[in-house]
Amino acid sequence: MNPVQFVLDVLSLGGAYALMALGLVIVYGILRLVNFAYGELIMVSGYTMFLVSGSGLPWLAMAGCGVIMAIAAGIATDYLAFRPVRAKSVTAVLITSFAFSTLLQNAALLFISPRPRAVPLPELFSRTVEFAGVITPVRNLITIAVAVIMLGVFSWLMRSTALGIAMRAAATNFRMARMMGIPANLIISAAFAISGLLAGAVAILWIGRIGTVVPGIGLQPLLIAFIATVIGGMRSLPGAVVGGFLLALIDTALNYTLPQDLLKFRDAFTFSLVILILLWRPEGIVRGPASGQRT
Amino acid sequence: MIRRSSKPISAAAAVMLDIESLEVSYGAVRAVRGVSLRVSKGELVTLLGANGAGKSSTLMAIAGAVRATAGRVRLDGADVSGATPEAMVRRGVVAVPETRDVFPDLTVAQNLQLGAFTRRRDQAGVLRDRDTHFAHFPILEERQNLPAGNLSGGEQQMLVIARALMSRPAVLLLDEPSLGLAPIVVDQIFDMISSLKESGLTILLVEQNAAKALAISDRAYVMRLGRIEADGPASEIAAATELKALYLGAEP
Repeated sequence: MNPVQFVLDVLSLGGAYALMALGLVIVYGILRLVNFAYGELIMVSGYTMFLVSGSGLPWLAMAGCGVIMAIAAGIATDYLAFRPVRAKSVTAVLITSFAFSTLLQNAALLFISPRPRAVPLPELFSRTVEFAGVITPVRNLITIAVAVIMLGVFSWLMRSTALGIAMRAAATNFRMARMMGIPANLIISAAFAISGLLAGAVAILWIGRIGTVVPGIGLQPLLIAFIATVIGGMRSLPGAVVGGFLLALIDTALNYTLPQDLLKFRDAFTFSLVILILLWRPEGIVRGPASGQRT
Repeated sequence: MIRRSSKPISAAAAVMLDIESLEVSYGAVRAVRGVSLRVSKGELVTLLGANGAGKSSTLMAIAGAVRATAGRVRLDGADVSGATPEAMVRRGVVAVPETRDVFPDLTVAQNLQLGAFTRRRDQAGVLRDRDTHFAHFPILEERQNLPAGNLSGGEQQMLVIARALMSRPAVLLLDEPSLGLAPIVVDQIFDMISSLKESGLTILLVEQNAAKALAISDRAYVMRLGRIEADGPASEIAAATELKALYLGAEP
């Protein structure tokens, strides 16, 4: 095992996982609700890229379309699934978010196809380079770069802008934030928009590994994001990032060490380790700020 | 006993806050049962009462943080019943709840900046106001880059009041600002409330520390079991010994 190869694998997988987890936890932090339609934002982004693939646009413009549609789908989740029932009950929101997820998946099945559809990818994504003595796919390096840039921008946004600070305040104590004049709807829509932006980036990086999009493509990223936030700490944004990288470390280490015939049970090993982590730290590795309640 | 007067408080002073038949229920519990009260512009009015009398619920309902089940809230003549808390702040009514909610993981400076969220397009004015509050509370300036959760109880109380003022409110609703604070800090808080009144701010204060609150107030209302039992000038309420049992907690 080459240590450079291992580190590159962990960082590229971890970067994608961290972005997935952040997209889920940004909404959870404010609403205390898991958006089960989060995976479908990734699907929407993938199908958008498929639909514009014949347009002759440069690839970056097509990727941009995918990201914009993911943001739009994120905001639509808020308006259609969350806002109408938000004040009524937590159960109602859980069900509407499931329903919205199913609706989007079935729309893809019905109007596009249950079969995989090719997504345009630049030739660069399938190339490999030699880096520090190892041969690695360029897309892994792109993933690391995108993750670093997005995590940096995200961190700046949450630390230094009025909106970001307001969102952190709302995540700690939603009622008090509103009593500062911070509009609840603005904060929640912003959270969904950021969630969509991250899902759009994840879609490009994730589909870049596979090359195709299917209606159920969002399930695995949703699961990964969920597990990463649970081990990292559901209440903390840095926790989601830590959880993402830790999960990638576990997955990669198992990939390297498990014998060939056990490899198909890798997820069982991963989940066993996740259970151990949770027995050790039930609240996740990074504890969030002391609580307040959702109103 | 001083009974509720039906005549207007003062013909000359404009009414800033006019609450009419306000009701608040939590499930089957009727916390506020038809409360009507008025606060004139620039007035400092105290709401007294034993624990569970419905003072905080009244205040939070005015601020929009708790939904009133019935009744009307008028602000400077405009009907604002049922407005959201964020809409009330935009209209100039800001509340400081008794839970003294600083945002513990944000710095003192960020907490103050959040107080000015509705004025975020006027950064120069916001910074000027922040410096004014820093001048009043040097300890906040000293600790401006520390997480607000690290402050003592008294410092946190100063921070939440300063933070509320950052929105430049016309009406300040203060819920138990002296709760659980050391006597010397309590004095500072009351001095501060007096000087806020001097500056022309309209204040509705809920306090357990009746003697101190009445000493700086213009008028007072006494609540019991969700209803207003008495009201009058602060000095008369303070002098009415038969009322003391009511707001100090014991049954008369």
